[in-house]
Amino acid sequence: MERPAWAPQGIDISVPSVSRIYDFYLGGSHNFEVDRAAARKAMEFLPGLPKIMQANRAFMRRAVNYAVDAGITQFLDIGSGIPTFGNVHEVARKATPDARVLYVDHDPVAVAHSRAVLDGDEQSDVVAADLRKPRQILDSPAAGLLDLERPVALLLVAVLHFLQDEDEPYAAVAELRDALAPGSLLLLTHASFEGIPLPAERAGGAVEVYRGIRNPLVMRSREQIARFFDGYEMVEPGLVSMPHWRPDGPTGQEDPYAFSGFAGVGRKA
Amino acid sequence: MLEDRLRRFATIWSRAIFPATATSMTRPEFEQHLLPLATELSTALHARPFTAQPAHQVGAALVGAHCTDPDALSRTLGVVDAYLVLYCGDPAQSAEESRARCARLQHALAAGFAQALRERTLAEQESIARSSLLARSEALQAMHATETRFRAVFEGAAIGIGIADLEGNVLEVNDTLTQMFGGLENHVRGRKVTDWAHPEDRPQVWELYRELVKGELEHYRVEKPFYRNDGTVLWTNLTVSLLRDADGEPQYQLALFEDTTERRLLNLRLRYEATHDALTGLPNRTLFFERLEKAVGATDGARFGLCYLDLDGFKTINDSLGHATGDRLLVEVADRLQSCATAPGEMVARLGGDEFVALTTGPDTRRGVDELAGRILNALATPIRVDGREFTVRGSIGIVEGPAGERTSAEVLRSADITMYRAKSAGGNRFELADPEADARAITRHGLTNALPAALERGEFFIEYQPLVHLGDGSVHGAEALVRWCHPQHGVLGPDRFIPLAERTGLIVPLGRWVLKEAVRQARFWSRRHTDGGPLRINVNLSPAQLQHPGLVADTVDVLERSGLEPGALCLEVTESALIGADEDRLKPLRQLAEMGVDIALDDFGTGYSNLANLRRLPVSVLKLDRSFTQGMQRHPADPVDLKIVEGIVSLAHSLELAVTVEGVETGAQAEQLRELGCDTAQGWYYARPGAPDRIHTLVLADAV
Repeated sequence: MERPAWAPQGIDISVPSVSRIYDFYLGGSHNFEVDRAAARKAMEFLPGLPKIMQANRAFMRRAVNYAVDAGITQFLDIGSGIPTFGNVHEVARKATPDARVLYVDHDPVAVAHSRAVLDGDEQSDVVAADLRKPRQILDSPAAGLLDLERPVALLLVAVLHFLQDEDEPYAAVAELRDALAPGSLLLLTHASFEGIPLPAERAGGAVEVYRGIRNPLVMRSREQIARFFDGYEMVEPGLVSMPHWRPDGPTGQEDPYAFSGFAGVGRKA
Repeated sequence: MLEDRLRRFATIWSRAIFPATATSMTRPEFEQHLLPLATELSTALHARPFTAQPAHQVGAALVGAHCTDPDALSRTLGVVDAYLVLYCGDPAQSAEESRARCARLQHALAAGFAQALRERTLAEQESIARSSLLARSEALQAMHATETRFRAVFEGAAIGIGIADLEGNVLEVNDTLTQMFGGLENHVRGRKVTDWAHPEDRPQVWELYRELVKGELEHYRVEKPFYRNDGTVLWTNLTVSLLRDADGEPQYQLALFEDTTERRLLNLRLRYEATHDALTGLPNRTLFFERLEKAVGATDGARFGLCYLDLDGFKTINDSLGHATGDRLLVEVADRLQSCATAPGEMVARLGGDEFVALTTGPDTRRGVDELAGRILNALATPIRVDGREFTVRGSIGIVEGPAGERTSAEVLRSADITMYRAKSAGGNRFELADPEADARAITRHGLTNALPAALERGEFFIEYQPLVHLGDGSVHGAEALVRWCHPQHGVLGPDRFIPLAERTGLIVPLGRWVLKEAVRQARFWSRRHTDGGPLRINVNLSPAQLQHPGLVADTVDVLERSGLEPGALCLEVTESALIGADEDRLKPLRQLAEMGVDIALDDFGTGYSNLANLRRLPVSVLKLDRSFTQGMQRHPADPVDLKIVEGIVSLAHSLELAVTVEGVETGAQAEQLRELGCDTAQGWYYARPGAPDRIHTLVLADAV
């Protein structure tokens, strides 16, 4: 079994985890009371958080299908969290049975869970690594699952907003981009105060909750988020709110919270 | 149609619960997903016999479609209650029956939903708990593996490792460190870091330690000695680092010890070999210069004294008895010298060959260095026995003593060397004290000697001419060629400054030849211009070394022939002292030259112990009276004794058919007196100082008028 050279910091389930909180928002029970307590606290400020998560899931689903339609069969999902339902490999396999998916997360519990879920799946794997250190991901033995000479769909869904500026998120994204073959796609969503149907001061309360669990949420402007696509050509309709990205039908009935933040897909030239 | 009505029911249902689901399906998909469930409910509503079981499965299917929110259940029940009978009711069935069935279907659906949700929740709780445990045990295993690895590194490291708390209590040490300290664990573990002080610790070592445990310093690296448990010394390169906890608070100190004892010993041995003389074991030139450097560079009124010893006649011993004997002798001398300088601040070193130095420092080196020199000469006084033979070894010592901070070590050593030579030329077996004036002379002499050959090549020499005047009529009779050196640094130097040096180095021969050639060429030039008054004579000095040079006659003949000057126009001046005791062989070249017609003048006559009777056998035609005779005539009236002596010499010379020239004529009265006494020619400032050749020509012309 793959194991880091240095022992990870101890597993402390008394500390809330963003991936288990995410699971809770999606109605799952892969979470503990500490996670739920944090989630409920954040929802006091942003009651629509589950809707935002759901919109993320829906975007991911549409974008994966778009990638498959574009001929891509390899997926690299960084910040994959706890696998619940509608995961990348499920969505992609439905469209193309030979899809290969590599999940990456730095939460050891999420990784252990993913490993249990993916047990016996030859075309999927999970890597315990950190987006802050792309080399860790690209150099891991499991990365052999993907052929980097061919296009890959890189999913950075609801993860970049957990990287602070001092983590140099732009450099990390650029390093990943440079490792990918031309024609690869970047599938990205990012939290923002833009689009939230609440004053920023109030939504800021939720940001404070994440800060309190040592996973600060970094809200970025549309312009800042657009910079992650440096080196990519934006796919229509560009960087938009999640429901507006290639919707399956009219978006009039979407929950107002679903329009928080931005989503987009770019193609590496 | 029932199918259309089912679709409409599903649309209403979907619209009601979609906002409460977490599904990632789109609305049409979700609606499509609900359609079979709607069909099940509709079928159950009509079925005979009636069973509510299908509704139970519909409730479970909702959970399966991620409708886990309780709201999804209550909205579903609301939709079923309001629209199931309306859209899917059986017209053949009584309204009452339909309502009752619909109610029972709702009960079953709720129960199915609750059961599925409970199972799903429990399953997910269990799986996440299992994942957590798995992750935790993996982390523990990894930590264990890491710790095992660290333990292996700690125990197997070739360097000593110790961990102590910030109070200095040693908590952990590895075997290597225990071995370094002599193998007893309790000598290391459980001790205080401060117990490890050593007298040879550099002062900053403990200052760095205090800064580190206070958290002001992250790490430091020093060379530090320790006592092993057997009391011997362990030398280490010690690196101490501060270990902080996750919050950055200082917690432990980590010390890494690299045993450098052997390397240090090797370095010391190499250093000893590099700084000591292999034969005698005394400090060598390198070490001596280090010490001397330190002594002359000291401050605060420090003084130093240096004895530079060179054995007298050691070369003879070496040459006659061989180096092996010479070496044994040197070893014994070294031992004796060593015993002379045992006080603190005293050292003896061998510079090489038979040259030794003794250095003393301290407040009273003025007296100390004399005593040291005395002790050395005394120590050498007892004959040395080597190979069954006794040798009396003597030495000459040059002493330099003085305050530090005024001279460089090189200057001091040169002064000592010069002074040693002074002691040697004074007969040896003695010491002399350095004297700045003597040093300066020696230094210039040394420099000039070295510069002579290049000076001749570069044409730095030139000749001035001093007229020789006929005392009878005051006409210019000739000139004496006097060589000068136009030195680039010292300016114009007279022959007394460099001729003796040229004599010693042998350069006098080429220099003399050059002077002769140049002077003869000049004389020939004059003689062409001055045809009426007979040839102008040219006097050229010959040094004793030239006199002994076998090529003298041939060179002179060659010069004369090449220039075309009559031999009779050349007069070679030879000092009286050069001819004292000369045998016939020495006189032969002069005699040959005289036979050719060249005049030979006896220069500085009266300064040596001339055997007047000897004058007869010398091939000399002119006597040049030394200036000391004429000095007495400068006074008025002239010293009568001097007058008598000069008169006697003149008459003697004339009786031997020798002409008399006087030097150093400075006044008219002198000139007159000398003329009266019968002297033939004179030279001196009264007539002209030595000068450029054209001035002679002018004088001669004035003479002719």
